[in-house]
Amino acid sequence: MIRYTLAMLAPLAALAQLAVRGDLVHTMAGPPIRNGVVLIRDGKIERVGPAAQVALPTGYSTLNAAVVTPGLIDAHTVAGFTGYLNQPHDQEQLDRTTAIQPELRAVDGYNPREHLVEFLRDLGMTTLHTGHGPGALISGQTMIVKTAARGTGQGVLVPEAMIAVTLGDGAKAEPGKSPGTRAKAVALLRAELVKAQEYVRDTRKDKERNLRLEALGRVIAREKPLLVTAHRAHDIITAIRIAREFNIRIVLDGAAEVHQVLDAVKASGFPVIVHPTMQRTSGEAENLSRETAAMLAKVGIPFAMQSGFESYVPKTRVVLFEAGVAAANGLGSEPALRALTIGAARMLGIDARVGTLEPGKDADLALFDGDPLEYTSHVTGVVIDGEVVSRRSM
Amino acid sequence: MLMWKFVLPLLAAAGCLAQDRPIAFTGARLIPVSGPEIANGTVVVEGGKITAAGATPAVRIPANAERRDVSGKVILPGLVDTHSHIGGVDGGDSSASIHPDARALDSINVRDTRFKKALSGGITTVNIMPGSGLLNSGQTLYVKLRDGKVIDDLMIRDASGNIAGGMKMANGTNPRGAPPRPGTRAKAAALVREQLIKAREYKDKAARAEADKKPPRDLRMEGLVDVLDGKRTVHFHTHRHDDILTALRIQKEFGFKMVLQHVSDGWAVASEIAAAKVPCSIILLDSPGGKIEAKDVQWATGAVLDRAGVLVGFHTDDGVTDSRLFLRSAALAVRAGMPRERAIHGLTMAGAIMLELDRRVGSLEPGKDADLVILSGDPLSVYTHVLETWVEGKKVFDRADPKDKLHQTGGWGAGSGDSAVHVDEDSEGQ
Repeated sequence: MIRYTLAMLAPLAALAQLAVRGDLVHTMAGPPIRNGVVLIRDGKIERVGPAAQVALPTGYSTLNAAVVTPGLIDAHTVAGFTGYLNQPHDQEQLDRTTAIQPELRAVDGYNPREHLVEFLRDLGMTTLHTGHGPGALISGQTMIVKTAARGTGQGVLVPEAMIAVTLGDGAKAEPGKSPGTRAKAVALLRAELVKAQEYVRDTRKDKERNLRLEALGRVIAREKPLLVTAHRAHDIITAIRIAREFNIRIVLDGAAEVHQVLDAVKASGFPVIVHPTMQRTSGEAENLSRETAAMLAKVGIPFAMQSGFESYVPKTRVVLFEAGVAAANGLGSEPALRALTIGAARMLGIDARVGTLEPGKDADLALFDGDPLEYTSHVTGVVIDGEVVSRRSM
Repeated sequence: MLMWKFVLPLLAAAGCLAQDRPIAFTGARLIPVSGPEIANGTVVVEGGKITAAGATPAVRIPANAERRDVSGKVILPGLVDTHSHIGGVDGGDSSASIHPDARALDSINVRDTRFKKALSGGITTVNIMPGSGLLNSGQTLYVKLRDGKVIDDLMIRDASGNIAGGMKMANGTNPRGAPPRPGTRAKAAALVREQLIKAREYKDKAARAEADKKPPRDLRMEGLVDVLDGKRTVHFHTHRHDDILTALRIQKEFGFKMVLQHVSDGWAVASEIAAAKVPCSIILLDSPGGKIEAKDVQWATGAVLDRAGVLVGFHTDDGVTDSRLFLRSAALAVRAGMPRERAIHGLTMAGAIMLELDRRVGSLEPGKDADLVILSGDPLSVYTHVLETWVEGKKVFDRADPKDKLHQTGGWGAGSGDSAVHVDEDSEGQ
């Protein structure tokens, strides 16, 4: 079967010899190149350099743009899980039947043909870290996927990326159900991690399989991090406390009040996927700041940007736009582009594949007719694995 | 008593200081909206009004004027938001579907920090409306974002002292539900027509009756008579193409003034809207979907409607979008093909016309209220910040003041005082 499939795909890939020329090419692996060229062969980047130094081989089709960047990475979204119609049949990001479900796999819920995945792709996003959303103590797993994926398993970079945890009000179950308080939620989380520690320690060959503890066991073994959504300063500190207690890796997510605990977060060494810059300032996010990304950059806390979760309209945010507003609020353009590309790739552990324009990396590119972060610029083309997946002007 | 006697003269004096001495803003790039941009312009304000606006060499600055050098900056007229829910506004309740008696003005908390946030986005005039969960959720209120402590300080009154405002109506899925809400679109239209016909009869009866035999006052009917008399513009929440046409049909039958609000499918029925000569106040969202009626919403709606000859303005629907990002609405419309000057017109003059306040606000012209926004750069650039906002000659937002900047960028303490964010379109209504 596999042999047959590969043979079918090979001729398609062979067509994808492509040269992309840009007035400005942001490789994100060095200073931007004026009048640069990116050569693409068999889905991978072959060569990058100034047009004067890179001869165009015969048989390559060409694309031109004012600005070329690596394909953009949304470091946290629920696209492909929370569908754009917002009806029960297209909502897969949260099962609320019970508070703790680390065994829920992202690959079993992701809809690669969801309209909003295509929408984000045509706006330059080529890689998404997506999966189970916030809103339960442990809602399930996340995955990393290319936005060109169409079939099961196709385009999946990391099938199990992180396990999504929510602290604070979002962890509370409906009235009358547990957890009903912060302290109880944390007690339940710790109890589950203790069980996972014991499960990992149990080396009997005939031990019963437990999907839930297998998943958390990979957290205990430091193979996978917890993605901890927490907005209030004290909930961020709680997340760090738990990570230390169990010697696990976490990624802080949302973190609206992180500006109040920068020292503690910096000392912890944990990275932050900062809330969408334009997120609504309500509830636990009431004190969010548009300057948070700039503050994280200034003190040297690794961070990335996200489109987050929207329950209503708009059904998704666009991480490119969130980065633009962060750039305008102290971060600056180059660091914002960095956060959208190599910064996110490093945080997600996929920087060997994506995040820069360098030979050997996946040929994922976004093309623009002006400053990528400007409201009035357009995305004019998107390339994923060497294939032109969009030529719309968006 | 002693306290008051002491404080009042002081306040009066402060008021005089701000108003009496003319202020000249010099050297800015002016976007007057009423005419072409001026690369090096000056605006003079006095007594809360604009007294001059034009190219710097052509503007005579009064000798006693306070001069403010704003070279390198951009001045726009204060922005007009034609649809917002700041102040925790509410309207009618679940006891009925039609509440022309419910007044937004009786529900607004002017200490809601979202008033400050709106100013930090350059907004100076707002139509504050009740929500769309009812066919008619009540009377809207047009306000100026003056530095006030009670709602009366913010109201806009005409020469005879009448309070300016419109009437909120809605169709489509949001107002649907269990009785007394309608279950279908046809039922929704029937309920609305029935009430408007009653109001017409109430009005006729009152006109015919002898002075001592007037029918007993009916506040609900009075609200609808205001609509029939053209004293209240109907702000009609509508998304789907057929719902837009239904709103136009009812408007034609009763002849009231109307602004279509949201108009998500407006691109599909642009020629019908243009033929009806009804203006559209649209919202630009980051993505389509979130509710079925918004599945086809697109950034190009402004461009399509404008091209068809429709008067197009924008709104925040705050908290659906954030008042601080109002300029962004125009920028996204331009991204999708709306001409730049039409989009800026949509943020200012178009809204003023829709609220029938265009003789007072919407452009930088002598005689108009001195409502202006000073920007750090081009209004459509993501990198631009609102530096100052002025209402009627008084500075009401200053980015250089840390207290004001907190409202603009957020941070510790920025959230306290917000009313719970009201999302206009309750998801139950789907």
